[in-house]
Amino acid sequence: MNQFPLSFSLLLDPLSVIFLAVIGIVSIPSAIFSAGYLQGAYTRNKIVFGGVLFCAFVLSMAAVVVARNLIVFLIAWEVMSLLSYFFVVFDEHERSVKAGTIYIVMTHIGTAFIIAAFLILYAYTGSFDILAVKQACVTLPPDKKNITFLLLLVGFGTKAGIVPLHLWLPYAHPQAPSHVSSVMSGVMIKTAIYGILRFVIFTLGVGEWWWGNLVLILGSISCLAGVMYALMEHDIKKLLAYHSVENIGIILLGVGASMMFVKLHMQSLAVLAMIAGIYHLINHAIFKSLLFLCSGSVYKATGLRNIEKLGGLIKTMPFTAAAFLAGAMAISAIPPLNGFISEWLTLQSLFLGALHAGSSVKVLLSLYAAALALTGGLAAACFVKAFGVTFLAMPRSEKAKEAQEVPWSMRFPMLFMALLTIVFGLGAAPVITFLTRAAAFVIGVDPYGMSFTLNNFTLMPQYSTGIFLSSPLIAAVIALTVLVATVTLYFIYGQSKVTRDRTWGCGYYNLDHRTEYTSTGFSKPFRIAFSFFLRPYRKTEMIKDTSYFVKSYKYEVYTTSIFKEYLYKSTLRLVLKIAKTLRRIQPGSIHLYLAYIFVTILALIIFLNR
Amino acid sequence: MKIVLLLLQTIVIVLLSPLVSGIIRKIKNDIRMRKGASVLQPYYTLLKLFHKEEVVSEHSSWIFRCTPYVVLSSTTAASLLVPALLPGVSLDGMGDFVVLIMLLALGRFFLALSGLDAGSAFGGMGSSREMFISSLAEPVALLSVFAVALSRESTSLNVIGASPAIYLSSLIAAVSLFIVTLAETSRLPVDNQETHLELTMVHEAMLLEYSGRSLALIELASHIKQIIFFSLLALIIFPFGQPVSAGIVPVFSALSFYAFKLLAVGFAVAILEVSVAKMRLFRVADLLALALAIAVIAVVVSALGL
Repeated sequence: MNQFPLSFSLLLDPLSVIFLAVIGIVSIPSAIFSAGYLQGAYTRNKIVFGGVLFCAFVLSMAAVVVARNLIVFLIAWEVMSLLSYFFVVFDEHERSVKAGTIYIVMTHIGTAFIIAAFLILYAYTGSFDILAVKQACVTLPPDKKNITFLLLLVGFGTKAGIVPLHLWLPYAHPQAPSHVSSVMSGVMIKTAIYGILRFVIFTLGVGEWWWGNLVLILGSISCLAGVMYALMEHDIKKLLAYHSVENIGIILLGVGASMMFVKLHMQSLAVLAMIAGIYHLINHAIFKSLLFLCSGSVYKATGLRNIEKLGGLIKTMPFTAAAFLAGAMAISAIPPLNGFISEWLTLQSLFLGALHAGSSVKVLLSLYAAALALTGGLAAACFVKAFGVTFLAMPRSEKAKEAQEVPWSMRFPMLFMALLTIVFGLGAAPVITFLTRAAAFVIGVDPYGMSFTLNNFTLMPQYSTGIFLSSPLIAAVIALTVLVATVTLYFIYGQSKVTRDRTWGCGYYNLDHRTEYTSTGFSKPFRIAFSFFLRPYRKTEMIKDTSYFVKSYKYEVYTTSIFKEYLYKSTLRLVLKIAKTLRRIQPGSIHLYLAYIFVTILALIIFLNR
Repeated sequence: MKIVLLLLQTIVIVLLSPLVSGIIRKIKNDIRMRKGASVLQPYYTLLKLFHKEEVVSEHSSWIFRCTPYVVLSSTTAASLLVPALLPGVSLDGMGDFVVLIMLLALGRFFLALSGLDAGSAFGGMGSSREMFISSLAEPVALLSVFAVALSRESTSLNVIGASPAIYLSSLIAAVSLFIVTLAETSRLPVDNQETHLELTMVHEAMLLEYSGRSLALIELASHIKQIIFFSLLALIIFPFGQPVSAGIVPVFSALSFYAFKLLAVGFAVAILEVSVAKMRLFRVADLLALALAIAVIAVVVSALGL
């Protein structure tokens, strides 16, 4: 083993640089936020411990994206998983321990698949160096390529939270302290996308047409399932965690389309789809960490995560509310913020792909685009619910009534991230110019002659179709119309006379928070329309004083996770059954064990002297 | 020149939009053998509301106050994308059809938030239902325009409007887009503009707290949204646009042709509205699922090159 190839050289190419930038953009505001967030909530020792862990966690993520050696990558990957586990169990109560256990088991199953894939690669290429493996992969037989791809997809998919491997994500992310949730959702699950880009597309090379299609299918399922579960959630952090599943799906739609176009020989479209995927990845990192930081502020101010008990915070916490609104609009793909740009790019690359592909692919790609559009609509509904119930109208509990705005050290990171959602929306053109190089690098094509600036959106000559997008123009038109409307009305009718009065309640003037619309009520139409997927059931309990007068009424509604119910429970049952069978060979009798040893030695002697 | 024409077109669309609602109401009343209000009634209503003072709920926030302006401006911005009146005249540098859908989503997002803002159960119910219906309508709208765009090789509405050919797929897509139009413009059988019964209204419930100038702005935005969808339908069903040359006569003929197209779509809507009953909310999901199926058929037909 003298030639064990472990080198610590780094890999700093356009792909790594983008991920390093994302890690920086998210981690630094989160770290600043943590100072105010942890203050007073934990003991001093624990705060220091948390700070050290956080730094190590960020470093391990950076190591993951710059590792040049497969072994070094795996070590960094494991360190990252373990450190994030410590944050999941940071609060040390029963729920976090349970969440942590689910997380650590799932993530290790994922790592096992990655190791298997790496071993196949090593067996065929004889090297652990990424660039050497890449060169040798050209001659890899197709069936080995397919197996390696599937192993990598499952392995990284577990970390990314692709449905149905997403099970751990809504447990683990909300349990960590909010600034860590922000990094976990914003960046850590993106390292899995990095893995797919680096090892599947860059190193292995897209082998077959169906690879891209499989990723597209998984992407569509993830985004639809993620957003539907999010709609049913009342825990603000769990809701955001489910939206991470959704957004990973949207990123995969871009990545999968790119993989498909590579095989259909549409190089410039492949680059465009890859740009869309990476752009959405950056955007999601920005707005998701923003939203998690805001939810952290709300938790800090009220001690509540259940939005059914919140409300009216826009008056007491105006900065947090404004920041959350920016994040909510960005994640709902509302122009001119950043989520809008990347969803538009994804839709557009699906459309242009459909335009130039064969007829069956046309229909497929259109369906993926429809899935994305449905996701966008549902996400908007979900964030109307999340923002409306949390921040608007009347407070629904005493704690929400007494909320105070968080200190400036927590406001600044949120406002900074909110500003970034605007910057990445309006300044899309330079970002895309920058991303073109990275996207072309991942796919391995020369971007020369492809221009994808957003202000003058043109593809290669044969694809030019007169499609433009200019987010600054949109912002300008909206601002101008508001100005024209306000000024015209002011000059014709003067200042609007406004009277403040009670909300109309059909003549009933004692409206309080109990007459407000709840989050459960808001999502009811969705629960019923998608009942085939959500499987809702309810428990009601009525206590009567007399036969006419109802004293109290209890109503609880639940949804069933079909993945957990049918996929995981049956797998778990199978595993337990096998374990029970295998237990028979270990009955605790020392004689039997001695017999095992004797038989083994005998077998070895025979085997070795053959 | 183009900027002037664009401004002119936008002004015409904004000023004309209440008239379309008035005409539809008139047609409906004529069919029902009622006398009905004048076709100018929407204008009277708007002018009256602009004068009136506003009553704003004491529980509401700045979201409630700025929503009318956001809704109006986003809808007007969306109308800039449609080469409605004059073929080839639209702000296509701003975006394509997808941007149009997303701009409308901006207005709807704020409207739904302001529905929740006053803390009344009606507003919340309206918001919830509006978001429910629109989130189902959005993929249908996108898919049907995709079907049209596939045969015309661009999602740019300018390119779609400039192509004179009629495809079978476009006609099928127009059916599903028509259903979306009913949903988006709160028409029967999805919503009923004429009722103010709390349990049946969707869009109106969301606006219940608005009054005075704010209400007028939102109503104007609804009229504009309606004319956008009608123009889109007209663009797909009657693709006979010729680039206009300067001069009074061509512009006038373009104007009258546009009026004819709007009337045709409006007439269809009016006939449908008097002949169907309102659906239960959860039946609307079925209707939109049907529309989605039609849109998929349109895409398949379009993929076959028809």
